[in-house]
Amino acid sequence: MNIMTWSSLNAGVATPEIFLLCATCAILLIDVFLSDAKRHISYVLTLAALVATGCLLVAGYSLQPQLAFNGMFIADPLASLSKLGMVVGVILMLVYGRGYAAVRGLFRGELFTLTLCALLGMMVMASAVNFVVLYVGLELLSLSLYALVALQRTSSRSTEAAMKYFILGALASGLLLYGMSMVYGATQSLDVFVIAQKIAHDEANRLLTVFGIVFIVTGLGFKLGAVPFHMWAPDVYDGAPTLVSQLIGSAPKVAAFAFIMRILAQALEGFAFDWRSMLMVLAVLSLVIGNVTAIAQVNIKRMFAYSTISHMGFLLLGIMAATPGGYAAAFFYAMTYMLTAAAGFGLIMLLSREGFEADQIADFRGLNKRSPWFAAMMLIVMFSMAGIPVFIGFFAKLAIIQALVGLGLVWLAVIAVLMSVIGAFYYLRVVKVMYFEDPTDTAPIAAGADAKLVLSVNCLLLLVLGMAPDRLLTALTTALQFSLHPGL
Amino acid sequence: MTEVIFYVFAAILLFAGLRVVTAKNPVHAALYLVLSFFNGAALWMLMQAEFLAVSLIVVYVGAVMVLFLFVVMMLDINFEELRKGFWKYVPVAGTVAVVMAVEMALILSHRAAQIEGAGLVDHPAGYNNAKVLGQLIYTEYFLPFQLAAVLLLVGMIAAIALTLRKRKNTKYINPANQIQVKRNDRVKIVSMPAEERPSVEAPKADDGQA
Repeated sequence: MNIMTWSSLNAGVATPEIFLLCATCAILLIDVFLSDAKRHISYVLTLAALVATGCLLVAGYSLQPQLAFNGMFIADPLASLSKLGMVVGVILMLVYGRGYAAVRGLFRGELFTLTLCALLGMMVMASAVNFVVLYVGLELLSLSLYALVALQRTSSRSTEAAMKYFILGALASGLLLYGMSMVYGATQSLDVFVIAQKIAHDEANRLLTVFGIVFIVTGLGFKLGAVPFHMWAPDVYDGAPTLVSQLIGSAPKVAAFAFIMRILAQALEGFAFDWRSMLMVLAVLSLVIGNVTAIAQVNIKRMFAYSTISHMGFLLLGIMAATPGGYAAAFFYAMTYMLTAAAGFGLIMLLSREGFEADQIADFRGLNKRSPWFAAMMLIVMFSMAGIPVFIGFFAKLAIIQALVGLGLVWLAVIAVLMSVIGAFYYLRVVKVMYFEDPTDTAPIAAGADAKLVLSVNCLLLLVLGMAPDRLLTALTTALQFSLHPGL
Repeated sequence: MTEVIFYVFAAILLFAGLRVVTAKNPVHAALYLVLSFFNGAALWMLMQAEFLAVSLIVVYVGAVMVLFLFVVMMLDINFEELRKGFWKYVPVAGTVAVVMAVEMALILSHRAAQIEGAGLVDHPAGYNNAKVLGQLIYTEYFLPFQLAAVLLLVGMIAAIALTLRKRKNTKYINPANQIQVKRNDRVKIVSMPAEERPSVEAPKADDGQA
């Protein structure tokens, strides 16, 4: 029997999470005593809590991994950096979505507490090194997201989207759990490092483990929205309030990357041969179906959903390479995609106003005449997603393709490039609509100054990072080196 | 002796499970489900997992099934309507069930699926299941246990956010105002000059006015 001591608990390692949980509870209580007119106080408190969590993460950053909670929780550079990315993603969502939420009656305490709980779930996913904790973190994120999608309860589309998301999400959790239970049966451990060790020493039941991996990859595919498990994504992105779509489309992708790293790259590294081929199928299908279907969309939120599917294909290609270079490229892709998607959804919310959703591509008509600055910002986002040089999206794709070519998988690289070219079509169509068509909607842009400022910084960052991608890439590569092979 | 008890409970469990799907009356079906839970708990008890057995009865029989019975009794669902296609689907359902049973038997008997240490453990006398579980949860599994609590909190927030509706036309009573009320707020005395009593009979809807 393990006796818990203060040193085996080592709770100081999880200070950001503990602080975030306490802050969430405090905001939950404070919000009850606020009238609707004073709701902005909870908003400011939420932002303050997020910024403080970010500061704690930066202050606690160290290259040496530290275990806590009896070896169930790890604070390594991979976890710290991805958590920092998630915190930024959630801050962006709240800043962009404030005006949007206010005019739709969503500016309520539950929006803040559920968002913070979702963030806590993501942070746990990034740090957990035990299958139980990994699963609980994932459920914390998923449950918060289901509720957030349904938050606009008068809208039947939101409710429908939430129902679909909930049912498919529950199915995916079940599959994932089933797979985990098989791996547990085969290795008799839930601990990521013990499982890796048992597999390395050939003490794991091969048949059962591979069987479990099939279920785990299927569950992950559902959660990521990779083809053929992508059916929920367009409906959820379209039906959810845009700020929730932004939340689903940005920060959780970073969490999903860390989650996949823990399960596939750390625990099941010894079976890389088996899960690589599964990921390859998912990645190629996602690239093809995501890009081709996106062409047919007239709703920009649905277009983003299909574009996310194709981007997840790229992410999976990086993980599938199963080399340090491939992992680093995928990490870089997840982080930069988070920023790009946040900006994209931010621009949709910028153009939305009371009683009007700018969710059709046609709503962007003649944006250049209405606001040349934001047309330029949208141009940056679209070019970055399409992977046009100078913008960050190009370097993200380049890093993945380099990793693939380095492995000799040239045919995969060719498919990825071809599909990017097809994808460029629908991104460029948005640009064409903005610059070469006349505006049909001439209302002034209603968003607040704070959202406009942060959005501009966000978009310019895509350009600036694109000019100097090396530093970020090097930082992420070092982080992964120290996380995946501690003791280097 | 244990084996005999096992087969008795297992037989009742199977019978109850079968009745859950075949009972015409949904209340009977729910009650059979209670019976099957009870027998499942007894099987766990035989495996010396008394904590699981007790919690199954407390949680499922005591809370979930009682709530479920309430729902079944309150909702006016036409179960005959739901059962209409039953015989039409029997062949397909039967095939699926047989295939699943064969697959399960194959998997369970396959050599590769034999898991080390999967057999029953003999515990020494005085071994306390609940105590061991409690010690594990509060020490080794402290983190997932706390996070599961947060999960429940999220469920609570979500349920309240999605179902609590403030109705604007509801007439709330404010107890503070109720207590502070003065005599003058309730009765207003107006001074009026005295009038002669009008001599009208009890008003009958039409006659008087016409």
